[in-house]
Order: sequence, then structure tokens, then C-alpha cells
Amino acid sequence: MIDKTVASTSAAVADIADGATVMIGGFGTAGMPSELIDALIEHGARDLTIVNNNAGNGEIGLAALLKAKRVRKMICSFPRQTDSYVFDALYHAGEIELELVPQGNLAERIRAAGAGIGAFFTPTAYGTPLAEGKETRVINGRGYVLEYPITADFALIKAEKGDRWGNLVYRKTARNFGPIMASAAKCAIAQVRKVVALGELDPEVIVTPGIFVQRVVKIDVADELSTPQAAA
Amino acid sequence: MKRYTRDQMAARVARDIPEGAYVNLGIGLPTMVANHLPREREIFLHSENGLLGMGPAPAAGSEDPDLINAGKQPVTLLTGGAYFHHADSFAMMRGGHLDFCVLGAFQVSASGDLANWHTGAANAIPAVGGAMDLAIGAKRVFVMMDHQTKGGESKIVAHCTYPLTGVKCVNRIYTDLAVIDVTPEGLVVVETVDGLAFDELARITGVPLRRGSGMHTDSVLSST
Repeated sequence: MIDKTVASTSAAVADIADGATVMIGGFGTAGMPSELIDALIEHGARDLTIVNNNAGNGEIGLAALLKAKRVRKMICSFPRQTDSYVFDALYHAGEIELELVPQGNLAERIRAAGAGIGAFFTPTAYGTPLAEGKETRVINGRGYVLEYPITADFALIKAEKGDRWGNLVYRKTARNFGPIMASAAKCAIAQVRKVVALGELDPEVIVTPGIFVQRVVKIDVADELSTPQAAA
Repeated sequence: MKRYTRDQMAARVARDIPEGAYVNLGIGLPTMVANHLPREREIFLHSENGLLGMGPAPAAGSEDPDLINAGKQPVTLLTGGAYFHHADSFAMMRGGHLDFCVLGAFQVSASGDLANWHTGAANAIPAVGGAMDLAIGAKRVFVMMDHQTKGGESKIVAHCTYPLTGVKCVNRIYTDLAVIDVTPEGLVVVETVDGLAFDELARITGVPLRRGSGMHTDSVLSST
């Protein structure tokens, strides 16, 4: 019997090695797999390359991982936010490398990795500083920039429900990077609010089919949805 | 000199967005356009973090941390709205499916180059988000900005001095003084704020402007 559920977050992240590239889902705090990140901090892997849209908020989740100095490099589109002071300080101190990627390129490069695409031409950033040093081509009169996929050893994502085969559904805009990161990483680890029996997820609405997911961990959340303030 | 208020600028942009349009409103000033879209007009607001059919902010106490917009503010979903992942969301942009996007700007050049993501300051932490995807993706790109900097310099320039977001991508500029189209023949003034003569606008702007064929003044004040 195939059972991808894992008993604990610490067991789920136990084989993330030093130097690994780890994709972390979420847009701000929506969809951020905070419990898996806490387990990664506890686990102690360092010298990580992290892929996320942002670079942490306050001192929780990704910001806590940065604060613990486990991250060598951030690949993201929008590090600077009102509450990104942990990243800001590391950046100004020269203690973290930043690869800044336009948000659509970030999403498409992750998608491309999961789809086996070697590289793609996109008009985004053509003629701007973010295309400097990159191969370009004019196709049908329009300028394009060659972009390569972003692959990862692990993806940590948050979903609403999962089953033992790794099928996932998400909740509202917390879906964001989850599906594409799951397909791009060698090992995708999903934290879910509910593990349901096989067959309970309607096959017509499964968003991430289990082939893209290697581990599922249930997180006990104290009625998070009825107390949004506490989770904000 | 009379200037459009921010609400009047937003109302003026809203007038140009027809029923059935798929629209992305950038963070900041463009967000105000939503407040001026007539309720009876069905318009689909896209937010790049993954929703189409975005509704207004929820009532206090009804916020859902899993339902936010690109500015990470709590929002609602209209009946008929949809959620999707980030690559689909940016395919809507990059694939040319959005009819309009409205963006803020530091500068726009006479040929429609846009600078809105970075001041170029040496110690600034760069952050780009979806700005470059929006700039090249929507069928029509509208810019909404003050006509001049606080120091009185025109933000419409011959060549952008700030780092570019996109090349020749802006179609129309809405400022607190005028509405100006970017055309292959140059900048064409559609209208000016009440009492502002074309020659005075041209002097303030400092790059060549042409008088539009139906150029008029004061449309916002007379229409709202």
C-alpha cells in the first residue's frame, strides 16, 4: 500500500542536506508552510538556496529561517516589503546573495522545470537591467530574453487537503506557487490541514495530482479559519 | 494651476474601461480605479497572486488570510470568480489575455518606455514583482502618475533616467494635468485639466507634444 503521509514535520524534512535548493510556497504569508519551515530550522540544514516570491515577513516562517542564518542565496521577485527587515539587514551586511527575478519569470521558470523545458524566450525584462548578460532574440519583430528553468531538491508547500497518494487541493489564493513548485522539485513535501481518505477528493477538482508529491504531513491547526486574526 | 485630485484621476481612468474588460490594477494609486468602476458594468479584476473576479475589501472581522490581493491586503471574490496558480496567473498577463493594466510610474519616455520599479539608488534593495510582466503583457498599458516630481520636473521625459521596466510598452498616460496617448507619431494630448492651455502643458512637459484632433479640457470635472 502506498502511503505518502509522514508522521511529523521533522521526519518530513530530515534528509534536507546542507547546500540544498529548497522551494518554499506562499505569497507573503498566504500559503506559506510555516510549520515545515520551523522543522527545517530545527533540523539545522545550512547554506541553503531558497526560492520564494518574497524574502520573509516579520520574524516568522521564512524570515525566521533567514534570521537563523541558514540561507546562502535567495531567488525571489519582491524581497523589499514593509516588514522584511531580517532580509534587509542581511542584504546590507553582504551576508546573503540575491537573484532578483520578475515574478512571471519566476513562476514560468519553476513551471518549466516541472515540465522538462530546457529554456524559453520571454518578452518580460527585454531591454531592462534584469536582462543584462542574457541571450536575447528578436522573434517576429519583438524582443525576447532566454530564461532557464529553476529546479530544486525539495519543495515545501501548504495545501488544504491531501490523501495518502499525495493528491492535493488548496484554499483560495494560498494556492499560488504550490502546484508548480510541487512539479519542479525532486521531492515535494506538502503540509495539509486535513488528510482525507482516498476517493474523498473529487477527481475533477484535484489541483495537484499525487505524482508531483512525495510526502504529506498533517498539521494540527486550532480552528485557523474561524480566527483569521490569529493566523495573519 | 488646477490639478486633478487622485480620485478624479482614478475616475478618469475608470471611464476608459468598458464592460467585459479583464483588468489588472497595479499596487498604489491604480488600486483607486476600482472605487470608480460603475457597479452596473461587469469588469473582471485580475490579481496576479491568483484570482480573477476580485471584489472589494471585506467587512472588518471577515478578513481571510488565504484571500489576499497582490498588495497582500485582504479582499473578496465575486460570484463567478476563480482561483489559479501563479504560472496560470502570469500566463494571463504574458500571454496577452488581459485587456488593460494600470500602473504607477517614476517616468515614461516619449516613445512609451516605462520606469517604475527601481530608483537606481546604489544601496536600495531591488524588488520587481510583476511589474515587468504587466508592462509587456496587457493589450493596453495605462500609466497613472503625477505629471511632475515634487521638485517640479516632468515625469514624461525624452529618455528615462531611471532603470527601465519595459521598452515602448505604455499606450496612455493619465496625470494630474492631462491625458496623453503614446503613438508611433509621438505624444498626443487627448485632454488637459480645466484652464490649462496646450502651450502651457507643452512648456511644463518639456518634450514634444501634439494636439489631439478632439482635444478638450475638464472632462473629469464635468463628468463626475
